[in-house]
Amino acid sequence: MAIIAMREALRQALDEEMTRDENVLLMGEEVAQYNGAYKVSKGLWEKYGDKRVIDTPITELGFTGVAVGAASVGLRPVVEWMTFQFGLLAIDQIINNAAKLRHMSGGQLKVPMVVRGPNGPAEFLSSQHSQSFASYFMHIPGIKVVAPSTPYDAKGLLKTAIRDDNPVIFLEAEMYYGWTGEVPEEEYTIPFGKAAIRREGEHVTLVSFSKPMKMLEEAAEELAKEGISAEVIDIRSIRPLDEETIFGSVRKTNHVVVVDEAWPQASVGSHISGLISAKCFDDLDAPVEFVSSEDVPMPYNHTLELEVQPTVAKIVAAAKKTLYREG
Amino acid sequence: MRKIDSYDKDFLISILREMNFIRRFEEKAGQMYGLKKIGGFCHLYNGQEAVAIGAVKALDMKTDYILTGYRDHGHALAVGMDPNAIMAELYGKSTGVSRGKGGSMHMFDVEKHMLGGNGIVGGQIPVAGGVALMQAYKGTGGATLVFFGDGAIHQGSFHETLNLAKIWNLPVVFICENNQYGMGTSYDRVSSVTDYSIMGNSYGIPSWQVDGMDVIAVYEELGKAVKQAKEQALPAFIEIQTYRYKGHSMSDPAKYRSKEDLEAYKQKDPILGLKARMLDAGLITDEQFKEWDKEDKKRVQDAIEFADKSPEPPLSDMYEDILA
Repeated sequence: MAIIAMREALRQALDEEMTRDENVLLMGEEVAQYNGAYKVSKGLWEKYGDKRVIDTPITELGFTGVAVGAASVGLRPVVEWMTFQFGLLAIDQIINNAAKLRHMSGGQLKVPMVVRGPNGPAEFLSSQHSQSFASYFMHIPGIKVVAPSTPYDAKGLLKTAIRDDNPVIFLEAEMYYGWTGEVPEEEYTIPFGKAAIRREGEHVTLVSFSKPMKMLEEAAEELAKEGISAEVIDIRSIRPLDEETIFGSVRKTNHVVVVDEAWPQASVGSHISGLISAKCFDDLDAPVEFVSSEDVPMPYNHTLELEVQPTVAKIVAAAKKTLYREG
Repeated sequence: MRKIDSYDKDFLISILREMNFIRRFEEKAGQMYGLKKIGGFCHLYNGQEAVAIGAVKALDMKTDYILTGYRDHGHALAVGMDPNAIMAELYGKSTGVSRGKGGSMHMFDVEKHMLGGNGIVGGQIPVAGGVALMQAYKGTGGATLVFFGDGAIHQGSFHETLNLAKIWNLPVVFICENNQYGMGTSYDRVSSVTDYSIMGNSYGIPSWQVDGMDVIAVYEELGKAVKQAKEQALPAFIEIQTYRYKGHSMSDPAKYRSKEDLEAYKQKDPILGLKARMLDAGLITDEQFKEWDKEDKKRVQDAIEFADKSPEPPLSDMYEDILA
């Protein structure tokens, strides 16, 4: 199997879907002639031309709304937000139109569009360019939200997203476009609403999504050295959420650490922690541990910046705490 | 007032009757709101009838689309949506156009190419750009009309979409229905310019003003804009100067304007204006008009009865129409 980078896996998904369905088009800042700010769309403009790979001005509200309208009458636009930080300017179009046109029209309209781009903390970018907004979108009925953590998942989930008849928010991470992994050349898709068990374990369940997954796997390695067997769950699909796989693991291990690189309040992680606490109360041998970002804007200074976020050490410590093995 | 002598009599009668029907429908909607059969915000279209009717008459609704804001009953009726289903929607009944989930601000009929009904000021403008993008992408040959009020003119969505429409050659016609008040605020208090038509110039888009109390003027000028959009892939921006007789919504007593202003506009009423011209030209008689008016009132009454008799939606409906 070929080993390729995340950006290449995403590009393969876009390329295959654009070849398969002429209603699929890509639009966003720098996606065409510049080959994409993060080079995800490299080569697509040369292949598909101006009509299907469309450079936009820096107007997220405008072009996201255009995609909503185009989707409502039969096209399948993929919108690239250069980062989800800029996507805030377009959130009205996501919440009030993309997610609601079907409802307000009593089921007459559907809005098959994908909004994708980097989300979450990056490096040396201070507080406006280094924020995770997954929970903003998880909050909204009428859309789906997915966040791959491997090139394999990135390709399979993006293909599913493009074929889905609903608006799909596709969260990538600025820091992981160069991450590599095995991706088959042949056609495959990954269904939404199914979490992945990345590592089987018995003593504690570690749950997260997107970029922190690498930390979870490293933490599991660290814990293994101390004889602690961790099960690692990648939820992949934030909305719909595969509660059963999470709960099933907690029923097995009776201890859980939830990790989210976003701020703690009203986050994906706090939601999952709350669900586990409520639905698995009788199975828990310790309170749910939650490792999140510190509740502060992201500092520029690198030492502070790293310490604001979840770390392998924090996850290991949380796992030990839930197992009453501190110190 | 534009001349009507070059127009077919039946065409003029249809315009007159359709405007009158909107007026009668809205009067009844206002009454039903007073009786608490209709709730929420209810933005009536009285006074602005010439805009929706004049514009839609310039379209071919087989290939063209329209989108509008929250003051949408008139546009819904203009494209020929079922008045019974519109009234039922105002009642929130399951027989409504949006199964009772949209209400006054969200009239949709996808088959008739009426794509809403949007409750966010200016929110529909980029969406209309996207509908026009589909038309250009697929080469359907149609155009998209998007209506919004003077309140939306300062929104980023308006300016961003004008720019996109021009750089991408989208067949879209932007229509500002300037009824002079963004809710309770007179447009000249919050606008750096009061001739909105100059705003299109910034984007290289032909723009002009039209008298919205004259349905023939609206029809003729929209015809030019739609032709330009279809044949030259050139968007247009038209400021239609109109006036609403009622408050912003049913909760607004409209104390911010004078009775004299309102009366002055009522002297230019679009329905009575066309009727007078048609009477002068000997195309209709007063008796005929009275007969039609009676029929229109009866059709509205039928819609009320339909809405009254329609069932409440089952509670299970709340889980439907969320995802495809």
